[in-house]
Amino acid sequence: MLDYIRKLGANTMHSIAVLGRSGLFLWSSLVGVPDFRNGMPLLIKQLYSVGVLSLVIIVVSGLFIGMVLGLQGYNILVDYGSEQAIGQMVALTLVRELGPVVTGLLFAGRAGSALTAEIGLMKATEQLSSMEMMGVDPLRRIIAPRLWAGFISMPILAMIFSAVGIWGGMLVGVDWLGVYEGSFWANMQSSVSFEKDILNGIIKSLVFGFVCTWIAVFQGYDSIPTSEGISIATTKTVVYSSLAVLGLDFVLTAVMFTAF
Amino acid sequence: MLVVVDFCAYPFSGKRKGRVELGHCQLWITMISNNYVEIRGMSFSRGDRLIFNDIDVDIPRGKVTSIMGPSGTGKTTLLRLIGGQLKPRGGSIIVDGQNISRLKRKQLYLARERMGMLFQSGALFSDINVFENVAFPLRVHTKLPEDMIRDIVLMKLQAVGLRGARDLMPSELSGGMTRRVALARTIALGPDLVLYDEPFAGQDPIAMGVLVQLIRLLNDALGMTSVLVSHDVSEALSISDHVCIIADGKMIGQGSPKHLKEQGSPLVKQFLQGLPDGPVPFHYPATDYKTDLLPGN
Repeated sequence: MLDYIRKLGANTMHSIAVLGRSGLFLWSSLVGVPDFRNGMPLLIKQLYSVGVLSLVIIVVSGLFIGMVLGLQGYNILVDYGSEQAIGQMVALTLVRELGPVVTGLLFAGRAGSALTAEIGLMKATEQLSSMEMMGVDPLRRIIAPRLWAGFISMPILAMIFSAVGIWGGMLVGVDWLGVYEGSFWANMQSSVSFEKDILNGIIKSLVFGFVCTWIAVFQGYDSIPTSEGISIATTKTVVYSSLAVLGLDFVLTAVMFTAF
Repeated sequence: MLVVVDFCAYPFSGKRKGRVELGHCQLWITMISNNYVEIRGMSFSRGDRLIFNDIDVDIPRGKVTSIMGPSGTGKTTLLRLIGGQLKPRGGSIIVDGQNISRLKRKQLYLARERMGMLFQSGALFSDINVFENVAFPLRVHTKLPEDMIRDIVLMKLQAVGLRGARDLMPSELSGGMTRRVALARTIALGPDLVLYDEPFAGQDPIAMGVLVQLIRLLNDALGMTSVLVSHDVSEALSISDHVCIIADGKMIGQGSPKHLKEQGSPLVKQFLQGLPDGPVPFHYPATDYKTDLLPGN
């Protein structure tokens, strides 16, 4: 029993230490005088690898999820003669929940794991150490552009996901199942609020982007510089990010959409 | 002590500085130590394991110094302590008049601009080619025009014999070529101090010969101070002016190669001559051999 308590205490202390380290890491990476001359090309390069290269998986997933929502929604609503409401159902589901959440999960799996593996490998091959010895701070040169790229990319990807999903819902609902197009768009327009739905969805995706990128770059930077260490760090990135997205989604939904 | 008289606007770092104004001209008088690195009473541990215990090391200015010792004695750790990547538990590490372990983050990065380190793996950036690797410190730390950067990079690559390999990616280079490119990158900014971590490890005789020659040649031509960590006794001794031998967290001998070969302790002689038995025993501690072989044991 005592041994169990001792282990629990040690694990708790370790977790607190990691949290503190990751906080200092974030602070050191982001706080400071911005260097636009050197920083902008690095940021654009990272926006390409983190954001643009994630587009395919986001667009394809968005399309299929939208199509499935259209199909399921139609099958449920048609029993009540309300299939005209399929547009608002697809849009609200995507904009409020599935857009930010699924994009967050896909982002963690695609871009997050790539960031962790890349930074971990740079650490294992002493590239980060060599940068330090050249008088270049790797936190500002390597970590900061990746963090900013993640923060910027994630909301844009979530918006693209939602837009493509709505289009997928329309393809199934309107073009295939024959729901009247005017009702599809008009119901959507009248029920989706910019402030309550779209803005809250963007805020969610901003939070998920911040958390997922932070976890990914920190796991890479803090990884044990061996092949096994990088493998563990990559796994941790996907697991922690996914749990964080799902947990935070509940908290944010409770704050945004519940009248206490 | 050296006394350096320098007609410039700012003094370079040194121990004691004085300034005399002569009309419009400023005359800086800097007294600098003969040693580029002075380590005094330094202790360092990893967890419960003591790596260095109250150790003193001198790295003479403008010379090639080899740090040698058995595996696991902390030679690479010593390089990282000199470079400020690790902090000692006690004592001081003075690098060109500055206590490197007490510097703030910004000052430390500024101090490192005058240092270079050649890593065992080369540590080239794998996403850019040879030319861009060598140009990297120049692009980050200077505002030189592109044609001047090109000329400097080509000169550095010519010095290591790899001007023709400028367009290759790091993955296309052999181990020896990787280290030569890394060496070109290390000297790109003209550092005062270059730290070499096992530069000869895993090299074929030709690559090793090239590296040995380059280290000595570049040190003399560029007036640098070089610190070399190596297991290759003959190669390291052949180019070293000063040798430090570390074992069991202590400095067991330092001086010129000739001095150590002739007057070193039995442990130093065993290490330099590569003898299998001596103060470092061949056998791992065990019970009596004959008793161990007797039936029933």
